[in-house]
Amino acid sequence: MSSLTRDDVAHLAMLARIDLDDAELDRMVGELDVILGAVAKVQQAPIDGVAPMSHPLPLTNVTRPDVLRAGLTPAEALSGAPEVHEQRFSVPRILTED
Amino acid sequence: MTTTSTSTDEVMDYDEAIARFDPVMGLEVHVELNTATKMFCGCATAFGAPPNSQVCPVCLGLPGALPVVNATAVESAIRIGLALHCEIAPWCRFARKNYFYPDMPKNFQTSQYDEPISFDGWLDVEVEDGAGGTEIFRVEIERAHMEEDTGKSLHIGGATGRIQGADYSLVDYNRAGIPLIEIVTKPIAGAGERAPEVARAYVSALRDLMRALDVSDVKMEQGSMRCDANVSLRVRAGDGPTSAAQLDVPLGTRTETKNVNSLRSVERAVRYEIARHAAVLAGGGSILQETRHWHEDTGVTTSGREKSDAEDYRYFPEPDLVPVAPSRERVEALRQTLPEPPAERRRRLQTDWGYSDLEMRDVVNAGALELIEQTVALGASAQAARKWWLGEPSRRANGAAQDLVAYAAQLGFAPADVAALEGMVVAGRLNDSMARQVLDGVLDGEGHPVQVADARGLELVQDDAALEAAVEQVIAANPDVADKIRGGKAQAAGALIGQVMKATKGQADAGKARELILAKLQ
Ligand SMILES: [Zn+2]
Repeated sequence: MSSLTRDDVAHLAMLARIDLDDAELDRMVGELDVILGAVAKVQQAPIDGVAPMSHPLPLTNVTRPDVLRAGLTPAEALSGAPEVHEQRFSVPRILTED
Repeated sequence: MTTTSTSTDEVMDYDEAIARFDPVMGLEVHVELNTATKMFCGCATAFGAPPNSQVCPVCLGLPGALPVVNATAVESAIRIGLALHCEIAPWCRFARKNYFYPDMPKNFQTSQYDEPISFDGWLDVEVEDGAGGTEIFRVEIERAHMEEDTGKSLHIGGATGRIQGADYSLVDYNRAGIPLIEIVTKPIAGAGERAPEVARAYVSALRDLMRALDVSDVKMEQGSMRCDANVSLRVRAGDGPTSAAQLDVPLGTRTETKNVNSLRSVERAVRYEIARHAAVLAGGGSILQETRHWHEDTGVTTSGREKSDAEDYRYFPEPDLVPVAPSRERVEALRQTLPEPPAERRRRLQTDWGYSDLEMRDVVNAGALELIEQTVALGASAQAARKWWLGEPSRRANGAAQDLVAYAAQLGFAPADVAALEGMVVAGRLNDSMARQVLDGVLDGEGHPVQVADARGLELVQDDAALEAAVEQVIAANPDVADKIRGGKAQAAGALIGQVMKATKGQADAGKARELILAKLQ
């Protein structure tokens, strides 16, 4: 039944930028498996002819006027960044071009 | 993964490529809307602001932030769809496009996937027919959907970076969340050798349309309009690119060229990819479906990120946003706000102004249409407005590698100045050569036309007595010439007019001098 491997968890942790040590990895494989198993029950629901629901409320057209609102200062915006250079978020390089 | 701007790719001679293959294109154009605020938050959208100064918890994707749709952006999206003759969806949703690049801090871009707000439209574009005229090529539109722009990354390190040895990206999220409309064509077939020209004409027509709608700055050099060009080739069949046999041939593998930032680049990039594909296919190779990067400086494309990894975006409906469901009444009300289509407007103005096809093409290519329209509205004749705008101002704008509108705006040189200049000519204060001097002075920043004419002392001699005295003096000094004119040789008057102009230091009205000379001697 289990489809999640320790490598999968290590990969997810890397993508999510979460440092997990070996003991934590071992524990997370088990815990995530239980969670996935529980969520997998959803797949048993009969959904033929049911439109996918994206929102539980019967609402449409919730908009706001095109009016400026104060946001964050650059210092506030960057306050949680692990690394900052030239008032920009410094991140590991993934691509050479935009 | 490092890309360089040089390439060792083989290319086939373009004419040979077209003789052997039939090109098919797909164009994806992103238009940044000119709303004051972002798509889902109230942050400003101004270009060129300090990094990360136009951000908030929503566009930074901080936990707990809730996006809300910008009403004006939806309105612009609908107007764009209508102007492209699209159906407007009565109900549509946003979707999350998931990916792990740092240019979106949320790890997804909010876009539309299976339910675009507008779909199934067309845009007619004008291409040259090879006989000095123009003909219409219809480009079918697949969809035009709403999404948000991504942040801007500066890549540091490697071969092209600024800091040797470093290897990271610096991200500015000011652009993240700015409303975008992505306009996607259906496959554009049947253009044959004119495919590059059609691509350029299409992007140009879209730009004109966005300007007319006043929904975007459409500045390609600033990235507020961007084009990705898909190109594929298939073998030639039938008797021409629009023949049924040709259109039945399955499409070849395509490449998608990005970083195409000017109209000229659109044309060049499509042309290059056709020639490159042809060389690969003729050599027995196959085209790799991939993203290519266009290099303006060297005129080539190079391989970019491979599609295989990026293709799986795991789209799913955006749970934080409710559907957009424009009522039919709302759509019809917005249809009433559509401007005159740019091509129709050009035809109307050409008729009103009495321009030849060539004159009109020069005006359009110079980007002078609006300037001339405003100048004519201020009372100048259409021919005079064309003459002045396409003269020195266009020459200087070209020299500065700027478009005419931007050049004039930066200089503070307005249609009112041209109208005032021409007004002085019509009123008889300036002759043509004086008006040119005044124009030079205005463009050199010496002031408005009347100020420049005053300061430089440029004024035709209006004083009839002074002119008459000069004429009499010249006649007295040239009895031989005067005799010839008395004998009926009116063309001899030219020599005397020249001397009158000299005597008045060029400030006389030559026509008036001629009249006076003839009146006295005939
Ligand atoms: Zn924001």
